[in-house]
Amino acid sequence: MAVKDYIRQRFFPQIWCAGCGHGIVMGGMVRAIEQLGLEKNEVVLVSGIGCSSRVSGYLDFHTMHTLHGRALAFATGVKLGMPHLKVISPMGDGDALAIGGNHLIHAARRNIDITAIIMNNNIYGMTGGQTSPLTPFGKKGSTAVLGVIEQCFDIAELAKGAGATFVARTTTYHVKEMIKMIRDAIAHKGFSLVEVMSQCPTYYGRKNRGGTAVDMMKEFKEGTAPKGSKKLEEQPGFIERGILVNEARPEYVSSYMDLIEEYQNQRDNSA
Amino acid sequence: MVKRIVFSGSGGQGVITASVILAEAAVICDGLNAVQTQSYGPEARGGATRADVIISGEPIHYPKVLNPHVLVCLTQEAYGKFSSIIRPGGLLLTDPRFVKVERKVDARQVELEMHRAVMAEIGNSIVLNICMLGALIGLTKLVRPGSVVKMVKSKISSDFLEINEKAFGIGMRLAESAEALWSASDS
Amino acid sequence: MGTNIKFIQGNEIFAEAALYAGVQFFAGYPITPSTEIAEILSEELPKRGDKFIQMEDEISSICAIIGASLTGLKAMTATSGPGFSLMQEAIGYAVMTEVPLVVVNVQRGGPSTGMPTSVAQGDVMQARWGTHGDHSIITLTASNLGQAFRMTVEAFNLAETFRTPVILLFDEVLAHMREKVVIPASGEIEVVKRLRTSVPKGTNYHPYLTREDGRLPMSDFGGIHRYNVTGLVHDMWGFPSTDPKVAYDLLHHLVDKLENQAELLARYKTYYTKDAEILLISYGSSTRSALHRIEARRKRGLKIGLLELQTLWPFPRQTVRRECEGRSHILVVEMDMGQICQEVKKAVSEPDRVFLANRIDGNFISPVDILRALNMIQGKGV
Repeated sequence: MAVKDYIRQRFFPQIWCAGCGHGIVMGGMVRAIEQLGLEKNEVVLVSGIGCSSRVSGYLDFHTMHTLHGRALAFATGVKLGMPHLKVISPMGDGDALAIGGNHLIHAARRNIDITAIIMNNNIYGMTGGQTSPLTPFGKKGSTAVLGVIEQCFDIAELAKGAGATFVARTTTYHVKEMIKMIRDAIAHKGFSLVEVMSQCPTYYGRKNRGGTAVDMMKEFKEGTAPKGSKKLEEQPGFIERGILVNEARPEYVSSYMDLIEEYQNQRDNSA
Repeated sequence: MVKRIVFSGSGGQGVITASVILAEAAVICDGLNAVQTQSYGPEARGGATRADVIISGEPIHYPKVLNPHVLVCLTQEAYGKFSSIIRPGGLLLTDPRFVKVERKVDARQVELEMHRAVMAEIGNSIVLNICMLGALIGLTKLVRPGSVVKMVKSKISSDFLEINEKAFGIGMRLAESAEALWSASDS
Repeated sequence: MGTNIKFIQGNEIFAEAALYAGVQFFAGYPITPSTEIAEILSEELPKRGDKFIQMEDEISSICAIIGASLTGLKAMTATSGPGFSLMQEAIGYAVMTEVPLVVVNVQRGGPSTGMPTSVAQGDVMQARWGTHGDHSIITLTASNLGQAFRMTVEAFNLAETFRTPVILLFDEVLAHMREKVVIPASGEIEVVKRLRTSVPKGTNYHPYLTREDGRLPMSDFGGIHRYNVTGLVHDMWGFPSTDPKVAYDLLHHLVDKLENQAELLARYKTYYTKDAEILLISYGSSTRSALHRIEARRKRGLKIGLLELQTLWPFPRQTVRRECEGRSHILVVEMDMGQICQEVKKAVSEPDRVFLANRIDGNFISPVDILRALNMIQGKGV
């Protein structure tokens, strides 16, 4: 199937601002799904609320645009309800880490076979540039005009600590890497999370003198380095990219199906 | 016929189990109606526990017991708290090991050494509640004794069945001797 | 075939009835006094090859059952006051997206943590208006466990028929008491199956295009039809719309599909009403005390009767109005500060004749409480 066959073309052009990174992430997702050769009817997209969550409306799968922060909770019901489906949740940083933080760590802890694609643009875009749990210390937003005085999360470390069995980080500049990571994440059995650093020139860039979208993407190129690279060793301030966790642990739905089987065996034995 | 019973004691004495067995025996075996309610919450974990049972041939609407025909108290605290609610002419059943009967209530007060008998003959106080049920049935004939035994069998694991049946018998026997004393003193 | 008589606890009967109605998915979070429902289903559902999950909170619980319902499964959750509060946003989502599901709320004393092990009926208005925005919802209740069984099955049936969340508003007394129940035989009560679309593959399926009979056939996620589900105002395809006409029509559809059927949805019982001069109106476990008092008063020659409401929402206005006609006094018996009493006052032609007998201290309302209120309204003093 061609990439464009996965798209609901009648809804284009999409709503994102000029220069927004989310379209690149959506493109990456579609290409990853295409490379995996998935049928449209076996994929469910469950998104929350925010700029990133609009992805679900543009793609021709079974799609749910749910409540702010709750995508993974809805997704859990879909996955356990119909285990053969591939369930993917496109999320934003505020959506996934602030209001939805609890669901994120519990989905990771359960190791349920859902893929979370977190588009981290360090800010709330839909509501106009407020700081998020991913706004770095000192950076500005419309609710912190002198700079944020809170510490920010490290999404990958948080997911790892919560028990996610696949964690990766990349940026909208590194598109090929992103496609591969999303592909591996979807193919992974267990909870997988891909953090994609995505630019918001309209709010984050403007409020923090980040320049244009191109400038911001250059920063992604120059301020990050692959895991295990010499560059990262030499420049510890760089942000690490790559597959940071990839482990095999019992997956929740499989364990649940085993439980059903155990009850069935008990019944057969007592019969 | 409507009979209202309140079981009271402390958490772990099995008064709730006893109340459920009695009510279930009435419904399943004796074809009567019964309602069982109990106190919940922090007080049910170690403090004063209370379980109410109403048995009737008619439908039962109001499910709680305000003035019981029969009151069982297995702790001093429960006795202090509930002895005043007993219906005039009702029956109060206690065990002198746990309850020192103080006040005079307008009811027949029966003190049976259930704990002592259970410890002497079985050596395990876990079956005290079933002994108490035996005594209660012996004194009141609320349901048929066989109905209670049947429900005990359906609820309790086979390992403990023998001692429970024995405990029920001890209770019945204690009730019988109390009845004999009662009628002797009556005449 | 012998009758299946059980001596059983309220929460057990709610779970058993849900299984009878064909529940296939339960997500929940422990909370007194509803927890036993989750405990029972955690064992019974996997035994049947169906799904149970304990979620991280009540918010995720209701979200999970919405997701599961969209995959084609009959889904439910059970909770109490604080958890029900947390669920409100997602109940609105289920209303808006027209996803069938059942929420059991075993009411306890509120507000806030209130009295977790005490009885109350103060969530009546929350069931109706807890989620924001204009909408309608179905709420059922029961006063004894046999009735609770039937109402639970009914809740699943109505959820499927009207594609709506249905609230079962039980209470602590009903949930924790045990009584005799004759369990209906399989097939004795109708169980409504999900209505699925007959639109074939390759033909456009409109998830939100109402059929001539008013029903909206569904298509399971993972099936042959792909569509969008959103809490935003949406068109017949399920895609967001800001068209005022689409918004107007959608809101009217969501409200009218239930409010226009209020009398059809009205489940109620009357006792001794034929010659009754005084009419008691009650619902849930309070009904039991009302009935106790009525039977006692009847023996003394008082012409007194009872209207028991089993459907609380949509409020059976016509039924209440009709039943109240010609009575000297109406006494609403409930364990809150008059949430249904106010609705009764709105429904009748002479609201001054409507009085309240209530209890809000965590104690179960007793026949004595009702007697006091009766004496007062009859001018006999307290």
